[in-house]
Amino acid sequence: MSIQAVEDTKVKAFPAKPAEIVAFTAKARPRIDLVAIAGKVASTLVPPAIVIALLLVVWQVACSSPTASLPPPSQVWNEAYDLIAHPFFDNGPQDIGLAWRVLISLQRVAIGFGMAAVVGVALGALVGQSVWAMRGLDPVFQILRTVPPLAWLPLSLAAFRDSNPSALFVIFITSIWPVIINTAVGVRNIPQDYRNVARILRLNQLEFFVKIMVPAAAPYIFTGLRIGIGLSWLAIVAAEMLTGGVGIGFFIWDAWNSSRLPDIIVALAYIGVTGFCLDRLVAAVGAFVTRGTTAK
Amino acid sequence: MTAYLKLDHIDKSFARGGQVSDVLRDIRLTIDKGEFVSIIGHSGCGKSTLLNLIAGLTKVSAGAVLLEDKEVDSPGPERAVVFQNHSLLPWLTVYENINLAVAKVFGRSKSKAERHDWIMRNLDLVQMAHARDKRPAEISGGMKQRVGIARALAMEPKILLLDEPFGALDALTRAHLQDAVMDIHSRLGSTTIMITHDVDEAVLLSDRIVMMTNGPAATIGEVLPVPLVRPRRRIELASDRTFLRCREAVLKFLYERHRFVEAAE
Repeated sequence: MSIQAVEDTKVKAFPAKPAEIVAFTAKARPRIDLVAIAGKVASTLVPPAIVIALLLVVWQVACSSPTASLPPPSQVWNEAYDLIAHPFFDNGPQDIGLAWRVLISLQRVAIGFGMAAVVGVALGALVGQSVWAMRGLDPVFQILRTVPPLAWLPLSLAAFRDSNPSALFVIFITSIWPVIINTAVGVRNIPQDYRNVARILRLNQLEFFVKIMVPAAAPYIFTGLRIGIGLSWLAIVAAEMLTGGVGIGFFIWDAWNSSRLPDIIVALAYIGVTGFCLDRLVAAVGAFVTRGTTAK
Repeated sequence: MTAYLKLDHIDKSFARGGQVSDVLRDIRLTIDKGEFVSIIGHSGCGKSTLLNLIAGLTKVSAGAVLLEDKEVDSPGPERAVVFQNHSLLPWLTVYENINLAVAKVFGRSKSKAERHDWIMRNLDLVQMAHARDKRPAEISGGMKQRVGIARALAMEPKILLLDEPFGALDALTRAHLQDAVMDIHSRLGSTTIMITHDVDEAVLLSDRIVMMTNGPAATIGEVLPVPLVRPRRRIELASDRTFLRCREAVLKFLYERHRFVEAAE
């Protein structure tokens, strides 16, 4: 009897305890997730933050002596504070925020790179598809692609007699080569089976290009586009330094001429971040467009 | 009587670097409408080459392929091929893969709604309507091959060409697909040519079995009619005397009279 009674109490006691535990875990669950998310964010953000902080400290120490030729970060912060804090100010034609300048440069890149993408994919498809086109054009491409971007500038200035189209041409000619070459490789690697399917269906050249060639070569095409947009961003800054205008490249040249070194350093940061974003943008578009193409 | 498909004294040789190698010599065969013919032979005997010649994917060196008395020398949807490795386009869904064929073949003759119904009818035929929005990477090998068959059937071909369609599948999946092909053949009466290296498969499915000699310069060694009534059921046939006799005849041809010689490769 007494044993039974003890068991009864135990049995009664048990349900109460798990209920508490359940309530506890339910409360704890979101906390654990938050901690996990915070941990993930921290693990990606903390190491670069530490490295950047260390670099700033080293830079500050190295440039603090009165004889240093370059400004330390503290001086950059003080003297170029307007540029850092207000990217979108607009005080007239030549006095605008750096974000505006970056946008103007990006506009040039968008036009030049857009043309390079269209022409590059078309030429790459031709070279990849036709043996004769490859034999004829490939040596020319291989030589021209090694010409540095700025070497084209005098010639394009002479041809277009205006700085803006010349800058566009430099972007175009710089970024087209990786697009052509990667597209050609992608087209050459289209499996024979896909070609046989197209032949049995009697797809014409245009249908084959749109429905088989471009999607099958898309992973290669996007590799080329990604390299191309990186190169075009390199080229625009250099081209603008020489052609003038209101782009970010010309801003650096202008700042150098008026000895505003802190402004140059801020502009470099803008250029780096923008280039990084461009690269990630093309990579993300590529990942979205080519989903499923690489899987067998 | 004129044959539906006639292979008229076909020779095929490949020239590679000045060396000419004869693959097929003097292939003569006539196939009637609605017939199911298997072509069997050891690997390297040129049976896939023969299928490609009929499909028009490769050109004959001499002779001609005649379909309804008209010479064919280029590929077309009236000779649809089911490839060994399915050849579905990985960036399209199951539905879109078949739509690519249907839009091209029936783009003018059928309305959009009719084309949709036609695609769904062919997907139903291979029992794949449930996977219409999946991509090839998301379905199994057997399912991919079913879609490949549906795509070929959706072209409403005069001749269905199967290039070792079940070669890459496991035995159970293979049996399911063989039953599916038999069922489709009995329903549609499609003229079918199948390349295979599986003796049981050839006997089970075919009206006639074309046995190829070994290469180089392979030719048709023997044509065996399979007088089994349809519908055929694999379990009943396992002990059927006609089935066993046909099976034995093919095995004898392949392993006694035209044994595969490794050294010849």
